[in-house]
Amino acid sequence: MASYTPTVSIDDPATTTGANGGGSPPSWVGDGDDFNSPPFNARLRRARLGLFVGVVGIVMIFVSFTSAYIVRQGLPTFDSRTNSLVHDWVPVPLPRLLLVNTCVLLISSFTIALARRQAARNAALTQVASIPGVSIRGDEKISWLALTVVLGLTFLVGQGMAWRELAAGGFYISATPSSSFVYLLTGMHGAHLLGGVVALLIAGLASLLHRPAQSQLILLDVTGWYWHFMAVLWVYILILLEFVH
Amino acid sequence: MAGGTGGGETIMATREFAAHEAHAHAAPQGFIRKWVFSLDHKVIGLQYYFLALTAVFVGMFLSLLMRIHLIWPNIHLPLLGDIKPETYLTLVTMHGTIMVFFVLTTAPQGGFGNYFLPIQIGAADMAFPVLNMLSFWVTALAFIVMLGAFFVTGGAPLHGWTGYPPLSAVPTAGPGEGAGADLWIISIALFCIGALMSALNFITTTLDMRTKGMSMMRMPLTCWAWFITAILGLLAFGVLFSAGILLLLDRNAGTSFYVPLTVFSGQVVAHKGGSPLLWQHLFWFFGHPEVYIAILPAMGLCSQLVSVFSRKPIFGYKAMVYAMLSIGLLGFMVWGHHMFMSGMSPYSAFAFSIMTMAIGVPSAIKTFNWLGTLWGGRIRLASPMLFAIGFVSLFVSGGISGPFLAQPTLDIPLHDTAFVTGHFHLIMGVASIFGIFAATYYWFPKMFGRMMNESLARLHFWFTFVGTYCIFMPMHYAGMAGQPRRYSQFTELHYLEKLIPLNTFITFAAFVTIAAQCFFVFNLFWSMKYGKKASDNPWEATTLEWTTATPPPHDNFGGRAPTVYNGPYEYSVPGAPRDYVMQSDPTTVAAH
Repeated sequence: MASYTPTVSIDDPATTTGANGGGSPPSWVGDGDDFNSPPFNARLRRARLGLFVGVVGIVMIFVSFTSAYIVRQGLPTFDSRTNSLVHDWVPVPLPRLLLVNTCVLLISSFTIALARRQAARNAALTQVASIPGVSIRGDEKISWLALTVVLGLTFLVGQGMAWRELAAGGFYISATPSSSFVYLLTGMHGAHLLGGVVALLIAGLASLLHRPAQSQLILLDVTGWYWHFMAVLWVYILILLEFVH
Repeated sequence: MAGGTGGGETIMATREFAAHEAHAHAAPQGFIRKWVFSLDHKVIGLQYYFLALTAVFVGMFLSLLMRIHLIWPNIHLPLLGDIKPETYLTLVTMHGTIMVFFVLTTAPQGGFGNYFLPIQIGAADMAFPVLNMLSFWVTALAFIVMLGAFFVTGGAPLHGWTGYPPLSAVPTAGPGEGAGADLWIISIALFCIGALMSALNFITTTLDMRTKGMSMMRMPLTCWAWFITAILGLLAFGVLFSAGILLLLDRNAGTSFYVPLTVFSGQVVAHKGGSPLLWQHLFWFFGHPEVYIAILPAMGLCSQLVSVFSRKPIFGYKAMVYAMLSIGLLGFMVWGHHMFMSGMSPYSAFAFSIMTMAIGVPSAIKTFNWLGTLWGGRIRLASPMLFAIGFVSLFVSGGISGPFLAQPTLDIPLHDTAFVTGHFHLIMGVASIFGIFAATYYWFPKMFGRMMNESLARLHFWFTFVGTYCIFMPMHYAGMAGQPRRYSQFTELHYLEKLIPLNTFITFAAFVTIAAQCFFVFNLFWSMKYGKKASDNPWEATTLEWTTATPPPHDNFGGRAPTVYNGPYEYSVPGAPRDYVMQSDPTTVAAH
């Protein structure tokens, strides 16, 4: 049994592990944990990885819209009255309200970071509080999570009001090619942010649903990353609509 | 932030947590939790598989109707009546859509990938089981919505599986373009969502769930294929989703993304300024990677089987991995070769042409490596191996016409002829289907604990192999002679009269080939109950799924993560006690 050579890899499994791409072995292997129940850190890492992969998928959606937006701007249209090709791209005057909305969303990006910190603290304190004789005073006055939900919904309502303002000015969805894109991009962003709000609500209900504090923390952590991504995406969309003509 | 609270997080592996998790992974008991809304990747894999099996029979039935109509355009079918020209286009559309999405994308990746990726990398389940369940049910819903298009006013759409606007964007453009086309787009959008969730799950699972010792370069090539397919899906389906959203808006919100100033039956439509080419770009940016989404899992499986049944290590493991990666990469740069006829700068066409022909290089690497693996092997011609070799044959003969079509000068006369139909059916359709067949015969013992009947499998192979060649090879000649695609009737065209006997032959070959699938279906269901009992490792293969019980327990390995010490293709190892060394066999480490 001593003379053959494996053809593909001769790495010692003790030094090469799959889960960390060559780093330290996954903590659930060999440390007495059940095969079926990875510890908190592994679950958090997995959830974050999943989120980042998912974000790539969402990025592709907006990449296609962006390419369509840019290509459409340069595309001449056949005008049947003059029998010639004309450029029909009319820039949409964006409502000022969008700046307010932007501020709301950026602030919510901070509050969700605080909400996550708060949840991590609560999760840690739960351990201590479960020791008999130890009591922890709830000294947190603000629920940052609830505040983030409120800010997120405010942003969405603000976007809706911006839509009404646009429509009142004659720029409804089918009015011009440019207004179609305004509604498309803001609408798709809003739909994705609504998903983030729903995730936050689920995280907020975790304590009511008797879910473990760690599960809540993981959900809040990945939603936080998603929320930051949504904020960056919104700034990108705003720049695209305002400056790329 | 992450670093700041990391210290607090590490101490949180509490009993409460462990109890919750153990509960989540206990095998469910009720029928609904176990077989319908299951979180177990194996059950979800089977659900995907049987969804695809249902879909393939619907698609096959539609293709049979098309073949009948082509030869006997005036025949009156019992129950179905006459096939009108627009009905023929409906058949073309629904056959293509159902086959591409619900068979070729669903079975190899959703079916076998779901079932065997976690087992082959030594994981207890996919990374996100709930998401996995959602992916399947969204896909199943998409299939139901797609079939629903047959039953609404006007029937199913007739814009082809590629759905080119303005035909697909204007509800008044044809009988099926009203509600039927809306359902078609909604179904595709739902399918995209399911495919994106599934891709996310596959990628995370592959990167994060591999067991101790399972480095990337020790993964079986099947896992590499599923992984790369998932990456392609992640990047491609979002684009199709966007394209579908724009199409829905054009149809229902009055926008003009795709629709230029158009006149339909004397009426000017209420759109102007859109570009049908925009759809083609977005669609084919998805559409070409989709071809590889369909074929890559079959490539991975074929590599696996050729090695197992030749009792030889795969020839050039790393070359195989890099070839698949470069096929995936190049697949995103060639969408323009579907649009040579749409009006394109010759410079762009030249670039797309060169890129397309470049895919021939990694494809040839794979083919020669398969042949190199077969060369000098102690070949066991069991049914999975027959289908794997059949795959290589179809891959070569279907693929070789690719470089023909990649050249604008040749593509322009051949575009939209039966030549193209023959080409993509051989390479994308039948070759992938052979991968599905091979996977079924290979993994059936592990999935159901019994062997499939070998004689029936051989009959099935020879009828299908010869039959599909008889169907699709003559199409190349018909196309070169000028027979167009998607024409409901050609028998009355004088210049195509000489092709009627050839087409009659194709139709009869289709009858025989479809009838031969009865061997397969009977074998599949009969063997589940009456097949010979299978051992844990009937094919004497090395990968992890053959180390566990048959069928595998709920968490795949009975509560203990396996450890991997070897590469996946250790066959005919000099000095080893048997002619193969399991991936989890620790005795080999002593040598190093």
